[in-house]
Amino acid sequence: MSRAAIFRKIEAATAAIKVKAARPDYAAAITHAAPKLAGGDLLEIFARNLAAVSGRTMRSVAELLAFLTANKQCHGYCDPALYERVGAPLAAAGLTVETAYDRTRYDDYQFGITQASGAIAESGSLILDDERTSRRLAALSPWIHVAVLEPAAIHRTIGDALAALGASPNIIWVTGPSKTADVEGILIEGVHGPGEQIALVL
Amino acid sequence: MFPMFGTQLIDDYARHISDEKQTSVLNGAAAGTAKRYQVLYQDYADPDALRRLAGAIKDHTLQHLGTYLSQAEQALTARGVQVHFAETDEDARQTILAILRQHEVTRLTKSKSMAAEEIHLNAFLIANGVACLESDLGEFIIQLDDDIPSHIVKPIIHKNRREIANTFLREGVAADYNDDPQTITRRARVFLRKKYMDAQACITGANFLCADTGRMVVVTNEGNSRFGLAPVPLHIALVGIEKLIPGERDLAVFLNLLGRSATGQQLTVYTEFINGARAAGQADGPEQMHVVFLDNGRSKVLASNCREILRCIRCGACQNICPIYRQASGHAYRSPYGGPIGAVLTPLLFGDRFPEFADLPKASTLCGACNEVCPVDIPIPDLLLRLRDKAKRESIPSPAAIPMAPFATLATSPALWRTAMTMSKAMNYLPLQIAPIKPLQDWLGQRTLPPSKGGEFRKWLKARAKPEDRRTPRSQTEDRR
Repeated sequence: MSRAAIFRKIEAATAAIKVKAARPDYAAAITHAAPKLAGGDLLEIFARNLAAVSGRTMRSVAELLAFLTANKQCHGYCDPALYERVGAPLAAAGLTVETAYDRTRYDDYQFGITQASGAIAESGSLILDDERTSRRLAALSPWIHVAVLEPAAIHRTIGDALAALGASPNIIWVTGPSKTADVEGILIEGVHGPGEQIALVL
Repeated sequence: MFPMFGTQLIDDYARHISDEKQTSVLNGAAAGTAKRYQVLYQDYADPDALRRLAGAIKDHTLQHLGTYLSQAEQALTARGVQVHFAETDEDARQTILAILRQHEVTRLTKSKSMAAEEIHLNAFLIANGVACLESDLGEFIIQLDDDIPSHIVKPIIHKNRREIANTFLREGVAADYNDDPQTITRRARVFLRKKYMDAQACITGANFLCADTGRMVVVTNEGNSRFGLAPVPLHIALVGIEKLIPGERDLAVFLNLLGRSATGQQLTVYTEFINGARAAGQADGPEQMHVVFLDNGRSKVLASNCREILRCIRCGACQNICPIYRQASGHAYRSPYGGPIGAVLTPLLFGDRFPEFADLPKASTLCGACNEVCPVDIPIPDLLLRLRDKAKRESIPSPAAIPMAPFATLATSPALWRTAMTMSKAMNYLPLQIAPIKPLQDWLGQRTLPPSKGGEFRKWLKARAKPEDRRTPRSQTEDRR
């Protein structure tokens, strides 16, 4: 009932508009933030923009291991597909690394390692695609999220990443750690999602 | 009872706001304006070109709304999403409740949605036995306090940390008083993730919905919609019909403007693209998705001479910059939409209650700042004037307005005017403040009358406008010959 009524009202309203505009045509460049895209290769630009939103870029598992141990974050989850390359070396160093995420113990995981399907240089965003993320919750509930990124999967601009969205039913762009400024405008990181967002480039 | 008010409701509210609240609002709003300006102008040589483009895309979409809405419906259906249409707020509430009942849902989390605020969804669901918990930190605190949000993006802009700490203590979110913002946030984190994991459904709004693919975009900074959706089997999205944009490509325009305009960020932290239930093989995320398209007066606004207001992407930039909003706070606007956007949208959206909200379009100096910051270039001052005109045409009484007829007589007779000006000095000696004339007292209640100088300006202008004065306009000089 509502459907027909709404469409009827919309048709009546729009039919009365005398001059209608065509869909604007525009060059993608109008949306590009030039200063954000300046200097370096895509990986350098991405890392710089990720750092600007207090995210971290790491270039090796050894670097990740050092960070986790220095912060006493010794228990986490690793996507089974990434276990050999990332999880196993951490486990060998004495960390507890699970490859199955148990949602009844969501607070046990101090870090979660999942696959990024891409990234955006212009904004320092990581792209997590439901079809390539082993567990959504594992990328969300731990304090530290480590997204494993292949340098070839970095898009230059937001527009480029939009054009390559594909057909996945759920894609999320993560631009730095979870944050809020609801209390007196003071920036606090780690609200519901991770307080540390790491891009591990392998 | 409306015409009996001696002053405009919004003025009454603004006069009684506490200093503490006014300071919170003023500081928060001013900081928002400064950040927006810095980030937008640092990244774009000509942000106005981008704003105009965004406005043009939205205008085009609204002018062809039937086509795009139908296209979106088809795309969503093809993706397995169940699409519903709600003509009124009551339709929307009942539609959502029916879906929840069908799934035997008794507890859910809700991600911040202005459309849900507009239809008072929380109170309705709770009254019908569904525990509906707000998950955005600000909205969560609003719900605990049984308060209403006073800003589109910063719902608790009117509160300070001490009030929040007391709320947490009172409501058992915290065991002791602590007003450190980081501690407050951590406590909410611990409390809310239990609720996320225990919920049976998640209700969200939508920031944009692309007609070409049916892809919906939800942005949050906290990750609350992401966390709300991940553990539950059911997703219901309440989407105003004006949220449509033609295609995914256009998101580059809108996402770049939304974050910068709302919070001074290039992009909001979590930009979630949802196009159906979870992917095959994914263990988390909803198994079923519903979209409820909400009209609730929007099609009437589309038929009005103020349809440009439907371009709004709810960034709150006009609230932050507005001198009236900064002084009066969002609550003064008596609707989920405060500030310049609310002064236009509220009287239109709740059209059957127009007289009740007819004072809102007058709560503006028409300084134009709201238009200058608007990411979709809405000519808000023009729309405010059109609504003032509507109120006049519909003979809605303006509280505290003085009759204009005596002024008109004076102003059309130069001799009378001169006399009145000379005489007006006498007004300085009249006890106007205690004169027992009701309209005069109402008028003075809102304004301070400057001391009359008794026609000094006329004398000054006459002395100045001599023929030898080069700056005298030519037409005037010629007239004298």
